[in-house]
Amino acid sequence: MDKLTIEKAHKGLIKKEFSAIELAEFYLNKIKKENEKYNDFISITEDLALKQAKSVDDKLSRGEKIGDLEGIPMAIKDNILIDDCITTAGSKILENYGAVYDAAVIKKLRGLGVVFLGKTNLDEFAMGSSTENSAFGVVKNPVDVERVPGGSSGGSAAAVAADHCLGALGSDTGGSIRQPAAFCGVIGFKPSYGAVSRYGLIAMASSLDQIGPIAKNVLDAKLIFNSIKGKDKMDSTTLDINDKEKDYGVLKIGVPKEYFQEGISSEVKNIIEKEIKKFEKMGHEVKEVSLPSTEYALAVYYIIMPAEASANLARFDGIKYGKKGNSGENLIDFYSNVRAAGFGDEVRRRIMLGTYTLSAGYKEAYYKKAQAVRGLIKKELENVFKSVDILLTPTTPSTAFKIGEKEDPLSMYLSDIYTVTVNLAGLPAISVPCGRVDKLPVGLQIIGPQFKDNLVLSIAQSYEQLRNL
Amino acid sequence: MINEKQVKHIAKLARIKLTEKEEEKFAKEISSILDYIDKLNEVDTKNISPISQVTGLKNMVRDDSSPKKEKNEKILNQAPDKKDNYFKVPKILD
Repeated sequence: MDKLTIEKAHKGLIKKEFSAIELAEFYLNKIKKENEKYNDFISITEDLALKQAKSVDDKLSRGEKIGDLEGIPMAIKDNILIDDCITTAGSKILENYGAVYDAAVIKKLRGLGVVFLGKTNLDEFAMGSSTENSAFGVVKNPVDVERVPGGSSGGSAAAVAADHCLGALGSDTGGSIRQPAAFCGVIGFKPSYGAVSRYGLIAMASSLDQIGPIAKNVLDAKLIFNSIKGKDKMDSTTLDINDKEKDYGVLKIGVPKEYFQEGISSEVKNIIEKEIKKFEKMGHEVKEVSLPSTEYALAVYYIIMPAEASANLARFDGIKYGKKGNSGENLIDFYSNVRAAGFGDEVRRRIMLGTYTLSAGYKEAYYKKAQAVRGLIKKELENVFKSVDILLTPTTPSTAFKIGEKEDPLSMYLSDIYTVTVNLAGLPAISVPCGRVDKLPVGLQIIGPQFKDNLVLSIAQSYEQLRNL
Repeated sequence: MINEKQVKHIAKLARIKLTEKEEEKFAKEISSILDYIDKLNEVDTKNISPISQVTGLKNMVRDDSSPKKEKNEKILNQAPDKKDNYFKVPKILD
């Protein structure tokens, strides 16, 4: 059962080459054996997985048809709620929190018969780019265990890369699906903002967060995305995307020059430039474009994201859930003690940064300014998409870095420099493996216009086919 | 730039207790992030309207009805401290 994909596993189940329980047990055993090495899972939901697998086997033994994802073992990032399962968000403050409902995406996948293997490790509250910030230990990159898997969905990307599951869910606020996918050599897709419900996703920055799939190939990512998307009455920012998949024919492809300037490793640059030429060979028209506001995207992101996070994380007060706090002298002391004990450094840093930029006297200079530049960035992208159908860029400026290498917060933030713009503008984007430097994977990012998720997936799939030839 | 006194103040607003050593550390780190962010001042945004969202959806409303009560017990069971049907909080008045 090694190295299956969702499509192959589905065929295996139908042909009765293995049962759903055998499939689930294969992955559960592998996780139990190797989790010590990679630390990609925070919890394993074995009882739930076997129960779900059994009902698929029952259905198969009755001769009933099963759907594409039925009996397929998946891993879920531990900031997405599964009813009655511990959901930590990678934080000490939630180490004993049992979710009281299913996230919208979980409800959908559960209904389709997906088998949930467990919850994957992440940077605390999804804040980080290396999965070194988890209260439950550092995740190791399966390609090279001395290196980070990227983050914040590092556990999900590592789980897919290590063949601990057939697919995973991650969340992406500034690159947290695409960057770890690039570092681990797997597919990571961030849908358009609003395509997938965030109900039951522990919020970091609500105007940027989006759930999406991490998978072994584009087809699998597509299957997962099509199963979780759609308008949801529990998330008022969702809508149905009516972009029908079709033969897209010859495309105009833009390559923004700002993504190839200072900061990119020359090896990564060479690979990306070489791969972009392949799109020309596929018959598409490739041209250079310019997005001058790109250089401001990360600064905008580091105002808007902490501001929203500081508001979202105000709910962790030690009263409704979480650990029992030390009683302080008064209520403010109580809150301050609980939060000091429960939050790690990066979370505290971002909450304070957000509190500062939203505080009286600074809001105009920081928050309003960032919202204006965000408007500018979105407009610039809308304009560029009048002349091209998609954009191609590197996903990250370098390959996976060493554990402990980036100690200074700002240098860590810079690893998201090519991914944040997409979140600020709400666009769909995918990272596809496109080569290696030494043995470390490099990701090619394909960015589409807002709500053209199918276009992005379709071009990614044809590129992947070309690479597999 | 932000100094330790300001960090102490925002930590209080954010309800996070810090030690003096932490105040010093965060003052340094937050200052370097703020220095980086300051590059936004180069951008002319005179004729640009600020945006807070990207979908363009407006006035999305739902029925004003109360959700089912069946989850109440489950929710209360997550509380570190409770009494009967209530969350227990530290006293706020003497």
